[in-house]
Amino acid sequence: MQYLLIESQSTWDSGSVAYFYGLAADLAAGGNEVTLYLVQNGVMTARSGAQDGRLASVARTVRVLADDFSLRERAIGPEALIAGVACSPIDAVVALLAGGAKTLWH
Amino acid sequence: MARYLSIVEDAYRGTVEEQDDTAVWFTHALRNAGAEAGILLRGSAVYYAVKGQDTRGLRFGTRALTGAPRLDQDLVACIRKSVLVYLVAEDAADRGIPEGELLPGVIRVPRRQIGKLVDQFDRAIHW
Amino acid sequence: MASITIGLMDPPYESANTPTAFRIIDAAIRAGHHVNVFLYEGAVGLGFSGQKPHANPVKGTTAEEEDHPNPKDWVSGLFALARERGTRLDWVNCGLCVDERGLEAQVEGARRGSPADLWKMAEASEGFLFISTR
Repeated sequence: MQYLLIESQSTWDSGSVAYFYGLAADLAAGGNEVTLYLVQNGVMTARSGAQDGRLASVARTVRVLADDFSLRERAIGPEALIAGVACSPIDAVVALLAGGAKTLWH
Repeated sequence: MARYLSIVEDAYRGTVEEQDDTAVWFTHALRNAGAEAGILLRGSAVYYAVKGQDTRGLRFGTRALTGAPRLDQDLVACIRKSVLVYLVAEDAADRGIPEGELLPGVIRVPRRQIGKLVDQFDRAIHW
Repeated sequence: MASITIGLMDPPYESANTPTAFRIIDAAIRAGHHVNVFLYEGAVGLGFSGQKPHANPVKGTTAEEEDHPNPKDWVSGLFALARERGTRLDWVNCGLCVDERGLEAQVEGARRGSPADLWKMAEASEGFLFISTR
């Protein structure tokens, strides 16, 4: 099963972001193909140098994408992303939705 | 005359539709009306002080957005109007924001001195 | 070509979720998909036809210079794009949410419905995304 989990908040904005990262990892461990799409403040945690290593851990088993507009809005260059996170246009979300991925927004 | 402090921690809420941040805008409007005002950026709102934010190019269907928000420049405009703009230093460091990417003129405040800063103002709005 | 159903809850001007949702809808139409949007609670305000732009006294701009966004124009723009591309955009407001907010005046194309419509649209779609409010 394909999953798309969209995270709109940073780990500093909300304590429940860690839960959502954990959900992504658990679904991947269960044999599902999981994409975690970071959007809005959710991209802040993907910045290299950010003092929160939980996203790097998730990126080992989950495909993590960071929304290109959200990055630009926060002046985070694609070269400033942590390893395992790729910059992506919103079209990736549309493609996964159109492909029937089970989608959750947080 | 009372001194007003706006503590802003919620970032990018409604900024594309409003073309600015409502808390920063409101504080600037208070200043224009004659108030003495300051802004403290904490939490994710420290990002407002990062140089080079770019929201140009959005369009929805046949409607393009012509007035992209420029939140860093809005802070520069506040500073020019003598609104003191502060930023919690550790909140920027926690988020990996290099010093060199922050706007000049924004005053760094250590987290342990937020209370002292609030003391310097007569009224505060925690946005 | 697929069908995608999206539910929204945030009122205009209050959340970064709104432009993100509009970006997704725009991209889906450009990719040739049919899009159903169900507006719940405050999101019924997005298509309210009574929205007006205004000047910005802090920035010193006139209403024309400011060109302040009104989401109703974004909704109309999406309908226009769907017509151009030959796809379908269905914009359905929760009727009770419209009533309690007095927002009956909506842009052309918007229609009244209920959660049953969301369910029917979702059942007929490959993609389903619900963006709730905080």
